[in-house]
Amino acid sequence: MGSAREGKVKSIVREALSYKSGAAGVGILIFLAALSIYAVIAIPYDEAIRMWRGQEAMWLDNPRTAAPEWIQFFSVKKLPKTIVLDSRTRSPYVSKAEVEMPGLNMKKVIIEFRFVYDFDELPSELNIFFFSNFSGAGAPLVTINWVKPSAETITMAKYGLRAPDDRLYVSISDSILRTLTNLYSEKYPVNTSERLTVLKLLFGKVDGASLESGEFEVEKGTYRLILEALVFGVQTSFDAKAVVYGTIHGPAGTDHLRRPLEIALLWGTPIALAFGLTASLLTTFIQLVIATVSGWYGGWVDSLIQRITEVNMVLPFLPFLIMISVFYKVDIWVILAVVIALSIFGGGIKSTRALVMQIKEYPYIEAARAYGASDFRVILLYIIPKILPPVIPGLVSAVPGYVFLEAALAFLGLGDPFLPTWGKILNDANTNGALYRGLYYWVLEPAAMLMLTSFAFAFLGFALDKIVNPRLREM
Amino acid sequence: MAVKGLVKYIARRGIVLFITMLIATYLTILVANMGGKVDELVKADLRLSIQDMVNRNPAYRVLSGAEREKIIEQIYQDEIKRLGYDQPFLIRSLAYLRDAITLNLGRALFMTSDTGSRLVKNIILERLPATVILFTTVTLINFFLHLFLGLYLSRHYGSRFDKLVISLAPTSVIPGWFYGIFLILIFYSWLHVLPPGGFVDTPPPKDPLLYALSVLKHMILPMLSWIISGFFLGVYGSRTFFLIFSTEDYVEAAKAKGLPPRLIETRYILRPSLPPIVTGLALGLIGSWGGAIITETVFQWPGLGLVTMAAIQYFDTPVILGITVIYAYLLMATVLILDLVYGVLDPRIRVQFG
Repeated sequence: MGSAREGKVKSIVREALSYKSGAAGVGILIFLAALSIYAVIAIPYDEAIRMWRGQEAMWLDNPRTAAPEWIQFFSVKKLPKTIVLDSRTRSPYVSKAEVEMPGLNMKKVIIEFRFVYDFDELPSELNIFFFSNFSGAGAPLVTINWVKPSAETITMAKYGLRAPDDRLYVSISDSILRTLTNLYSEKYPVNTSERLTVLKLLFGKVDGASLESGEFEVEKGTYRLILEALVFGVQTSFDAKAVVYGTIHGPAGTDHLRRPLEIALLWGTPIALAFGLTASLLTTFIQLVIATVSGWYGGWVDSLIQRITEVNMVLPFLPFLIMISVFYKVDIWVILAVVIALSIFGGGIKSTRALVMQIKEYPYIEAARAYGASDFRVILLYIIPKILPPVIPGLVSAVPGYVFLEAALAFLGLGDPFLPTWGKILNDANTNGALYRGLYYWVLEPAAMLMLTSFAFAFLGFALDKIVNPRLREM
Repeated sequence: MAVKGLVKYIARRGIVLFITMLIATYLTILVANMGGKVDELVKADLRLSIQDMVNRNPAYRVLSGAEREKIIEQIYQDEIKRLGYDQPFLIRSLAYLRDAITLNLGRALFMTSDTGSRLVKNIILERLPATVILFTTVTLINFFLHLFLGLYLSRHYGSRFDKLVISLAPTSVIPGWFYGIFLILIFYSWLHVLPPGGFVDTPPPKDPLLYALSVLKHMILPMLSWIISGFFLGVYGSRTFFLIFSTEDYVEAAKAKGLPPRLIETRYILRPSLPPIVTGLALGLIGSWGGAIITETVFQWPGLGLVTMAAIQYFDTPVILGITVIYAYLLMATVLILDLVYGVLDPRIRVQFG
């Protein structure tokens, strides 16, 4: 009997693959399964949570809300990538010199960063990070010079470190903007535009017209950022890192906290598959057993189960689920359990029960009872295997519903508090106005994953339906 | 005889449905109160406001801290007794159940309606029109769309349109709110032709006609999202439904008798298929009443779905309970009316209980 069933399963699989939609579904599912395995191996569970919850400190070198790098293929303009220059690592673009001042216990540290900027758009940000181990009042004083490709040199700030690890957010600094505006408006006596920014003045071709309109073309070429620090104490260290943030980053882009989206896109796959499959499998099988018990025993057991089904119909499913996730701040597996608990007395029971009532009267069941088979045996070995095949397509087609349910909860901000999921990306994108700011990749990437997954299951489920319920095929 | 049987049948169904509703409502009370935890929140809130009131009152300012504490405690205990919080939760939950079943919805704990009322009734009634306008309309549109296209396809099955519908049926696994995000992306962010959400332009137009047009404009995207989401599977489902009914033996027999196709269609196919269709429509309309939490969130549509969501976030049990119990009543009444109608129409039920 075992081999016969195996043969049947094989033939069903072969037939499913013969449908184009079925084959496509299976293909996508294999791809998603591979992706899940890769995600779990490449980024272990704890690591994924740490990376996703590590907040900004972990991703300081990434640009904020940067589009994925492949956007470049669709753009005629050359889009800026992030340039990181660090005086603590050796590189031809960084030079560092220290000059001790004899007898003064002071030194001068000169760090020069050189980089080629040949992109067509302005960078998104410019930050300088300082690393110094000074203590007490001896904070280093830094003069920050900016040399444009045209060799024009600007002293944009004189800056005293406020802490050993200080940061200067150049692009949003008001005082630097004032310095630059004053400098250029002396040079070009025009009414300066309200829309000047530090980045425009640092990276743009500045002349009277551009100052007046606020529209700048990028000045391409080699830039130099020179930091001259006056450091108190010969032993005191002084290093710096300059980051010119681009507007594209990595294979999937970044979000508002600079996190690379590929982490959540990757990790969302095993979570979505596990959630959808477990919910669908358990719900279907438990429903099957309940319906069979209901139909087989009849009497008060049957009425009780029917009444519970009716109570379940009145309970508002989604509000219940939301209430439980809001009140108890539960993780995804508890949500899964609640989803299953609320679904097992769902509508599927009625149709399965009707089927069981029919099968109950079949001669082979009568024969089993005649030789003294127990109720348990009849239900498990004779009835359930009989009603299983017609249920399978429904099981497969139900998976997307659960995947979207999880995404919907996360979209409302109620998903698992730790794990990165697709729904969470959507939630972040929505609360940060991605659609209104034109950050389409932020919405489209998780959406594409969700659609891929749900279509795979749906197409496979429909193909299976045609095979298992041949009556549909004729229609 | 037949009438007596029918009355007996309806009475029995009525009692069963009422008990069902009672249990469902009580379960909602238990969950919405977190098994009594919301009480603690309410008590803490009460204490804080009494403390605030006493400390601000200049009449008490001369009193020492301990004396003031005593007064606070006194007022607090009186308030607790007045509100009935001195009784255990189990007893109070029964009182909640009585109030809910008698539709005595009472006051919200924390929420107010836009007009400033604390009454749960007002909070719900205020948002109901927005939900009904949107979701009941789209439910009706979907119903007739699926019905007529399904009927059309069942007559022309195997046609190119039929094949298209069959092959695209799986697209309906994607819920409306998800299509909604795409629609906002296309029609707002990209094309700038339709508003991304909300009920009406700000400021709302004064002229009633312009106001209505503005609401209509805001309804397009949410409605479209539900129409797209339901379309292929809905049409496919109703087509298959009619096909199954049109391959029944009695239809074949009617064809063999040589009855005109028109007659076969109305009397042999449509008539027996009517009960499930009516049930589907009735349940769909009732279901649309509660709004849709996620779709309303995506489109910021100020309906009952958003109120439900806000009530849950504020732990406002009376509002959650009010929405649930009204829904339960409507559902049960619909089921009972359907039972009554079928009892009258379907001879089998009449015979069974006659």
